[in-house]
Amino acid sequence: MNKALKTVKNGIFDENPTLKLFLGMCPSLAVTTSASNAIGMGLATTAVLICSNAVISSLRRVIPKEVRLPAYIVIVAGFVTAVSLLMEAYLPALYKSLGLFLSLIVVNCIILGRAEMFASKNTVFLSVCDGLGMGLGFTSSLLLISSVREILGSLSWFGISLAGEGSGMLFFIVPAGGFFVLGMISAVINRITKYRISKVKPGCKSCPAANVCGGNCEEEAKA
Amino acid sequence: MRIGFILVSVILVDNFVLSKFLGICPFLGVSKKFSSAIGMSGAVTFVMALSAAATWPIYHFLLAPNDLGYLRTLTFILIIAMLVQIVEILLKRFIPALYSALGVYLPLITTNCAVLGVTLLNITEDYSFIESVVNAAGGGIGFGIALIMFSGVREKLETCNLPKAFRGMPAVLIAASIVSLSFAGFAGLAEGIFGSIGG
Repeated sequence: MNKALKTVKNGIFDENPTLKLFLGMCPSLAVTTSASNAIGMGLATTAVLICSNAVISSLRRVIPKEVRLPAYIVIVAGFVTAVSLLMEAYLPALYKSLGLFLSLIVVNCIILGRAEMFASKNTVFLSVCDGLGMGLGFTSSLLLISSVREILGSLSWFGISLAGEGSGMLFFIVPAGGFFVLGMISAVINRITKYRISKVKPGCKSCPAANVCGGNCEEEAKA
Repeated sequence: MRIGFILVSVILVDNFVLSKFLGICPFLGVSKKFSSAIGMSGAVTFVMALSAAATWPIYHFLLAPNDLGYLRTLTFILIIAMLVQIVEILLKRFIPALYSALGVYLPLITTNCAVLGVTLLNITEDYSFIESVVNAAGGGIGFGIALIMFSGVREKLETCNLPKAFRGMPAVLIAASIVSLSFAGFAGLAEGIFGSIGG
């Protein structure tokens, strides 16, 4: 049980996918204009992450090593389709505002990265815990970014107006504001954790394409 | 006219990286060096145009007539993954010079959300075949422009003496914010040139 709790905690704090490993950046910048969008995106990703981790982990002895990436992609895409159909039926407003990014959960590096790094090596129960931890870590960082952006940009939180009059600073709602807020938040986290984070690099161990490219991309970047 | 409108808006106004947030991972990951930025953007443009050309007929002649439209995410990602592998094999065999320039970036493209994103956008925007390919190629060029410009910014950033907390990713993100803000200056450009026919 201890190990399970540790795995969950690891995903939320030590290896927070967005704020520490800088994975899954596209959704964390695109859908964070309002807090409710961020929660919707975060929970959808968490659901896909838990389900795909569970299935991949239970099939880890069945899937041949050579074709594991296409197999993982099919499993993940299946769950993404299921989640987006459910959301279209029960939460049509959220489905509309997340739009394209709901389908793009398939190519979110967090999910394939966890499948490759964790689910393919661990038991089903631990993989589910890992999915839960990583998903909650992702959701909480989305919530943090979107709260800053929504409060400063439209003077509201979860759609509830905070200031009555006034329209907020447009800068925080436009794309440039997304980059800016994420940059500021990661600088603050750097400061709080006394610069330990900058040493944590996503590197090849979290990249689903690592076994194909064999670290060539990193080498290329260094050269 | 409409083709020109799509091209201008996708390259400058609705730039994939800076205003649609597609393909951020390679944008931040491969922009450290000018030469790798060029290689990556070449590979992305190529694969994007190719996958738009491959997925459009599959959706319109195979999935849509059989009411299987909801399977498009699953189908498209597999087509893209397969296409990237085939392109890699063909380039290695027939155009080794191009392979040595783009080769290392190709496997990374499968998980680039700009590629899957553009194929899905082409369907939701109801583009024709030509428009889809133009939209995809333009998106790739826009990605390239953003990446190459940004690699120039980052090479300068390397030599700056920044506050300790901002070193690494925070400074890169704030620089990206400024580049994105400068692209916001193109808003309304496409309507200005082509009138509002494209809208």
